[in-house]
Amino acid sequence: MSSSPSSSILLEARALGFSRQDEPVFGPVDFVLRAGEIALVEGDNGSGKTTLMRVLTGMLRPGEGQVLFAGEPFSLTTMGGAIVFLGHHLGLKFDLTARENLDVSAGLYGMRDGTSSLDALGFVGLGGFEDEPVRRLSAGQKKRAALARLLLLPARVWLLDEPYANLDREGIALVNRLLDGHASRGGAALVTSHGAVSFAGGEPRRIRLHA
Amino acid sequence: MTPGSTTAACTALLRRDLTLAWRRRGDIAMPVLYALIVTTLFPFAVGPEPTLLARIAGGVVFVTVLLAVLLSLDQLFRADIEDGSMEQLMLAPQPLALLVGMKVLAHWITSALPLIVVAPLLASMLKLPSVAMPALVLALAIATPLLSLLGGVLVALTAGSKRSGMLLALMLLPLCVPVVIFAAGAVAAAQEGLPWIAPIAWLGAGLVMAVVLAPLASAAALRIAMDS
Repeated sequence: MSSSPSSSILLEARALGFSRQDEPVFGPVDFVLRAGEIALVEGDNGSGKTTLMRVLTGMLRPGEGQVLFAGEPFSLTTMGGAIVFLGHHLGLKFDLTARENLDVSAGLYGMRDGTSSLDALGFVGLGGFEDEPVRRLSAGQKKRAALARLLLLPARVWLLDEPYANLDREGIALVNRLLDGHASRGGAALVTSHGAVSFAGGEPRRIRLHA
Repeated sequence: MTPGSTTAACTALLRRDLTLAWRRRGDIAMPVLYALIVTTLFPFAVGPEPTLLARIAGGVVFVTVLLAVLLSLDQLFRADIEDGSMEQLMLAPQPLALLVGMKVLAHWITSALPLIVVAPLLASMLKLPSVAMPALVLALAIATPLLSLLGGVLVALTAGSKRSGMLLALMLLPLCVPVVIFAAGAVAAAQEGLPWIAPIAWLGAGLVMAVVLAPLASAAALRIAMDS
């Protein structure tokens, strides 16, 4: 069973479901995410997109089914750092500069070879704002500062919860560029959105959640 | 030191918390100011008799310093939970317990260490004899991290609820009592010229146990709190 197609599967959900006080938040979902693949999780408000993301990161215990990472049951204690998550809360310290925030993340998660926090900030269009406290950045710029983390960290799987929120047209193009680059390096990403999204590189696979 | 190693992660987190505290220096000064005000007011309230003051000095300084430390304890994890940093810490490759331990250490450095530095001054304002000074400083140096660690568990347990201040105070009280008894006991013994190392050793034993167990308990409690 160790053939090549199964080895390229990075993240897999098997009959994954989650309930809160016996009220199902999202139904059993099955999907696989292969290396180099970007998938879009669609669903209306309250259909459980964010909860699905949090279950996949390991922060929430799945009510039923299981999450597999590279064929093994996913556990935070042994595979911490394999997944990078960007949620509604950006995880930025407003009193620190964008660069200091990135350096903390790099210290915690490690750094991808050949990257630096300055390059990452330049790529997301924050060149010249590196030493500005995050507090003084606009909402869109804060989002970009958080996106810079994706470039820096070595994780192969990205879980992005509403990455397009707060971004202008240029910012949306930036997220698509980041995703394309990640996919071409052999990474995989799961992106939630409640709106219509068009990727630069063709049509992404869609995973639909029903309320 | 390669990025992502355990040392790098601990250093990064410690430096982050200390930098954040330094950028809000006014908040660090608060507990010290509070302790200074309380100890200044005591002689006015109970009368300026040196013998009476010397007798209560140890206890007053302990209670004041411990309360001053607890003032800021409530904030230990709140900012991190609200801005999403806690999620990032949970998903990091390092054990959450270790990172939580670093956060408690940073909290101790910024809130308790300044108090330990001014404690001899506070004690001498209350006429504590200088023979008891080493016992006082040593007892504080062991009692404050012990309380920070125990408090950290309780803060983590109440992290899920919005207004946890009252609940936290109620739960902390029974944990503070033995710490205060042993710490003040050491100072009282030193004042009488008796050997005072035994109560300090008890505090030390408590600290060793808390260093090992409290971060694990805090991490587990935080995971539950983030579940909701």
